[in-house]
Amino acid sequence: MAKSAVWFLWVLASLALASVLGYELLAQPQKPHFLPGESTVGHYQIELSCGTCHTESFSDREAIQAACMDCHGDELKAVRDSHPKSKFTDPRNANRLANIDARYCAACHTEHALEITNDMGVTQPKDFCLHCHQDIAEDRPSHEGMAFDTCASSGCHNYHDNQALYEDFLLAHAHEPDLLSEPGMPTDGLARMMALAGIEAQPFDGRKPVEVDSDTWQDVHAEWSASAHGEANVGCQNCHQPEDNASWNNHPDTSVCGTCHQQEQAGFLAGKHGMRLAQELSAMTPRQARQPMKESAAHRELTCNSCHAPHRQDTVAAAVDACVGCHDDEHTLAFEGSPHHQTWTDFLAGGRPREQAVSCASCHLPRLESQYQGEAVILVQHNQNATLRPNEKMVRGTCLNCHGLEFSLDALASPELIRSNFSGPPEHHVPSIDMALARENPGVIQPGTTQEQLPNSDKTQKGERP
Amino acid sequence: MTKKTLIGAALTATLLSGCGGSDEPKQVGIAPAVFTDSLFAVMNSDRTNYTKLIVQRLGPNGVDAIKPLEHWQDASNSAPLPAQMFRYGAEGVAEVTDNFSYSLQSLWPVNKQNAPKTDLEKEGLQYIADNPGEKFYGEETLGDTTYFTAVYPDVAVSPACTSCHNDHKDSPRSDFKIGEVMGGVVIRLPIPKG
Repeated sequence: MAKSAVWFLWVLASLALASVLGYELLAQPQKPHFLPGESTVGHYQIELSCGTCHTESFSDREAIQAACMDCHGDELKAVRDSHPKSKFTDPRNANRLANIDARYCAACHTEHALEITNDMGVTQPKDFCLHCHQDIAEDRPSHEGMAFDTCASSGCHNYHDNQALYEDFLLAHAHEPDLLSEPGMPTDGLARMMALAGIEAQPFDGRKPVEVDSDTWQDVHAEWSASAHGEANVGCQNCHQPEDNASWNNHPDTSVCGTCHQQEQAGFLAGKHGMRLAQELSAMTPRQARQPMKESAAHRELTCNSCHAPHRQDTVAAAVDACVGCHDDEHTLAFEGSPHHQTWTDFLAGGRPREQAVSCASCHLPRLESQYQGEAVILVQHNQNATLRPNEKMVRGTCLNCHGLEFSLDALASPELIRSNFSGPPEHHVPSIDMALARENPGVIQPGTTQEQLPNSDKTQKGERP
Repeated sequence: MTKKTLIGAALTATLLSGCGGSDEPKQVGIAPAVFTDSLFAVMNSDRTNYTKLIVQRLGPNGVDAIKPLEHWQDASNSAPLPAQMFRYGAEGVAEVTDNFSYSLQSLWPVNKQNAPKTDLEKEGLQYIADNPGEKFYGEETLGDTTYFTAVYPDVAVSPACTSCHNDHKDSPRSDFKIGEVMGGVVIRLPIPKG
């Protein structure tokens, strides 16, 4: 081949490659050829949307930090972050920053570095607490000899969220029975919100049968009539043609739902189900997930309608069936037959009130106090990741509705028990309550003292462990 | 003109005044010690008022209508501790400026993170404890920045201060008396380079 022809082909190939990459870089929302390495479990869904985190120059640390706080800032404030940036901007901590510059999230959460990434997306060695708390045993003799890689992995401490782990909280919940005498989750959120909004209607009751006898539009009408939307007179046009001059939309998206359900939509978009939509990417599908999913559900797109059948708003189906329809991991598969599942089947059979029936949603989409029109109401947190990791975040809003703190911490510290969906007693014991009590009663109680040995221990309150 | 520039100008003026006889036009600005003294006056006034008018009057030593608690968010009818109110102020300032920073410290802290750390903090806190009513000024380099650091006495102004610290299980002392120095307010100004 003539030398000029080789040159021609080389230039042509280079131009073609440059065109393809340039088009992807400049014009495409997703940029797979520019990804420097796999992202963590927290970000992989949006990893091809570089601009979500790299809003400015790639070397601009402040801009990346601002992007971190844009998504995570409110949550950190809400959980009373134990190590906020303000702790480290004080000049007296300048020497500490030489070890870990904790003013920046990326100092501990480096992205695109899976080979050094530990639990919670942490890329520092697990004994990172050592840098600032190396002399903790002087203040807390009970901590003498404890390895620093156990501080945040034992169920005792978290770096950010210690709302269920601080000493006074442990003391306030000491001696609680495994199962509270009056367990129950809050359930009245929607009814109260509707009352505040001046809407006279009852929330949808999933146990109430809806009679439909043919596959025609009348079915839709029958379902809608029996639903919360039907009772509240939220009609067809409200969702399918919300603006007068707009054309009819057969498939209203999450933004339409968010017109009325702002907080639920915000939660959904903040979690892994909706975070792709939040970045204006295509909806998440189970096929894209890293954890085990059912092959039959691989194609489903995650929107509000994925879990809430659009004309039924069936919160009963959304609480279990919608989850197990996609998720295929050990914890999900073990739900059926677990003690929690028994409470759910009792509820479905009419033998237990809903506030005592534990579904997937009870723990992963908990009903939490929120604000609506200046009033405290109970709303479902639709960010199912908000209380998932570290799992002690789940204690206050979920576990303590029915269980004592000690039992909850012990159960959450057991990976085996989580895999079996809490089918059995906790095998591990987190001694933090014992240690807090020992400090209250020095000389009387030593760390490691059993519950039965504690003074004033009301053993009669202790329930049977499932 | 920014505060940093003002402080720099003031420091420069102070140095130049030591040389004597300069024909340069006299530079104006707030001397660092005047600036920190003024900041402390505001901080101390607010802190005293919160302690006396809210915590002492409404707390367990007064009408017992509120409970001053560290984790006040988790208890009804509760209020932040005076030391927390002070820290919240410092954190709020840190969010809007790095022209100065401040913190509350003690040689006998309930929270060990509030013990003095730098050599100058240790020297300053010891000085104000040994010399009641006095304040302490110095310079120190932390990281790559040199600071004008001032330490002011934090005095027990009401029984709310002494009773809480004397009874707290984490307090190294149980004999504080009204009017005694319990700790110190440390204020830092970065000194401009060059």
